[in-house]
Amino acid sequence: MYWEPDKECLDREELEQLQIERLQSTLTRVYAHVPFYRKKFDFVGVLPEDIESLSDLARLPFTTKDEVRGNYPYGMFAVPLREVVRIHATSGTVETAAVVGYTRNDIKTWSNLAARLLAAGGVTKDDVVQICFAYGLSTGGFGLHYGAERIGASVIPASIGNTARQIKIMKDFKTTALVSTPSYAMLVADTIREKGVPVSALSLKYGLFGAEPWSEEMRRQIQDTLGIVATDNYGLSEVLGPGVSGECLERKGLHINEDHFLAEVIDPETLRPVPAGQMGELVITTLTREAFPMIRFRTRDLTCILPESCPCGRTGRRMSRVAGRTDDMLVIKGAHVFPSHIGALLQEIGGGELCYQIVIDRRGAMDEVTVLVEADGGAFTGQERRQAGLADAIRKKLAHELGVTVDVKVVEKEALSRVEGKVKPVVDHRKL
Amino acid sequence: MLRIKNVESGYGRLKVLKKVTMHIRQGEIVTIIGANGAGKTSLLRTVSGLIRARSGEILFDMQDIGKLPAEKIVFMGCSLVPEGRQVFATLTVRENILLGAYPQFRRKQGGAVREDLERIYGIFPRLKEREKQLAGTLSGGEQQMLAIARSLMARPKLIMMDEPSMGLAPLIMKDIFSVITRLRKEGNTVLLVEQNAKAALAIADRGYVIETGRIVMEGTAEELLSNREVQRAYLGRDLDAEETM
Repeated sequence: MYWEPDKECLDREELEQLQIERLQSTLTRVYAHVPFYRKKFDFVGVLPEDIESLSDLARLPFTTKDEVRGNYPYGMFAVPLREVVRIHATSGTVETAAVVGYTRNDIKTWSNLAARLLAAGGVTKDDVVQICFAYGLSTGGFGLHYGAERIGASVIPASIGNTARQIKIMKDFKTTALVSTPSYAMLVADTIREKGVPVSALSLKYGLFGAEPWSEEMRRQIQDTLGIVATDNYGLSEVLGPGVSGECLERKGLHINEDHFLAEVIDPETLRPVPAGQMGELVITTLTREAFPMIRFRTRDLTCILPESCPCGRTGRRMSRVAGRTDDMLVIKGAHVFPSHIGALLQEIGGGELCYQIVIDRRGAMDEVTVLVEADGGAFTGQERRQAGLADAIRKKLAHELGVTVDVKVVEKEALSRVEGKVKPVVDHRKL
Repeated sequence: MLRIKNVESGYGRLKVLKKVTMHIRQGEIVTIIGANGAGKTSLLRTVSGLIRARSGEILFDMQDIGKLPAEKIVFMGCSLVPEGRQVFATLTVRENILLGAYPQFRRKQGGAVREDLERIYGIFPRLKEREKQLAGTLSGGEQQMLAIARSLMARPKLIMMDEPSMGLAPLIMKDIFSVITRLRKEGNTVLLVEQNAKAALAIADRGYVIETGRIVMEGTAEELLSNREVQRAYLGRDLDAEETM
């Protein structure tokens, strides 16, 4: 039920004392060790010792995704590389990724925080946990793996792909908890239904899903089809990975691990804090990260702080489930895709700016992405065969660079509908 | 039990502590580690009221003690075992200990003093053996025991110890640290300032690392012990040499 009850149910006043202590020491360390932060703090004329209370944090500048990328690869590390025992990176091409380091203590903290969300979602040492996240540069697989192992559960590092085999493992190994993206859980549910596998053949009890936004309707479908209790969890690589917040069995919002993260919600236009209960962009400051501390990181995720306390007894405030993005980033099958990135890749292939439109649909459980590219007078002229060849080349390039498979169609010049002379870059038909 | 927020203090124009924020909970052993001159002793002296905080807040049992005189702070249950023992060399061991009971007499609890003395002799049998000896004739380790014993006579809720292992042989040091562990077991709360970070972290629950008057790190003793920066700077481990071995 609780993993660290003394911390998850810490008295608010004690929590705030701990937060300010940790904030002050984090600020002192980043100012001393990360030139990027020193320059930014000096620019606004605020020194670490000027931050006397949690509300003073608002005097410090935000950190954006672009800034993290601009410091590729190690510019924002606060410890020398020899103290780093792990390096992860966000999805996207390597050059545009955020590279994130972990010390031995960071990995320990991460394991505990992932264990918290797993325990809150029902997982105990008696569970068999199947982890269907990629084990690689992205943080999903390893973080949740360590959390489940920390609890003492039996962990199956199933990784991704080959759904038939995943279901066979689920059946034969008597998996009791499924850890994946919600859309993958939907796919599993659909496949089971298609193949006529009775749910009673599975031993599933809990599903712990994250890495993409999903609706209450999706939750209902997953819970009903798989006969499980499905909880939502949230994290992002720039501040840790999974383990920032997670739902308890009440399933009414995600408890933020506030002893390790300070959460603010701001209006993305005015950049001012919004009151609890009002939607805005989540901003996170890490309180315990050693290798990669993050000060006021703009997550671009839309959420709100839920003001009421939770009957489960945890004192960590809850955030509502992520409702979307404040930028144009698309989350497709758990991978992060920026339309502008697709545009740049098309330009590389076509040797000039091309008109394109990204159409996203959800057929059954999975996202389907089609990139429509207009043939112009040059490279794409006429010939059917050449068009097909180019579509194929684009498909390969995009799959390679984005890490997700997309369908590509080359269409006639001027075939894409224009609004005020412009093609809408993204048409999203998904209902989340 | 003790909660310090943004405390600044120093000597004359010299600012030693810069916005120090920390806390100790009932029943904990918390250690402050740091190099010479980092501000460890100044922090204990500030909490004790021996030097005045220039700004910030010091809450002991939820009461602001920042402006109280040193003796009031002792009456409230916050005792300091000072650096370098500071025992009265020309008084006997017993007299030294009884001096520590001054707050008890003031509280009109003089009757309890005999009982306390016996309890303390139970913890430090060596002091009982030498109760009539002059304190100046004791060894360094015994003087340290005496200094701790004296502070206990005030029945403190929080005992602050400044470098109790300083200048002691390793074996005696071990005795001192086992006394600290025992005090905690009996329900005391201990704030321990030590240059011997390894020994301090071995018995502490949590710790703070102080550098030039600022807290730069905090965490459980386990976390600090596994932090490589702490290992290199305060635990005397030559990591590069270890790696090439």
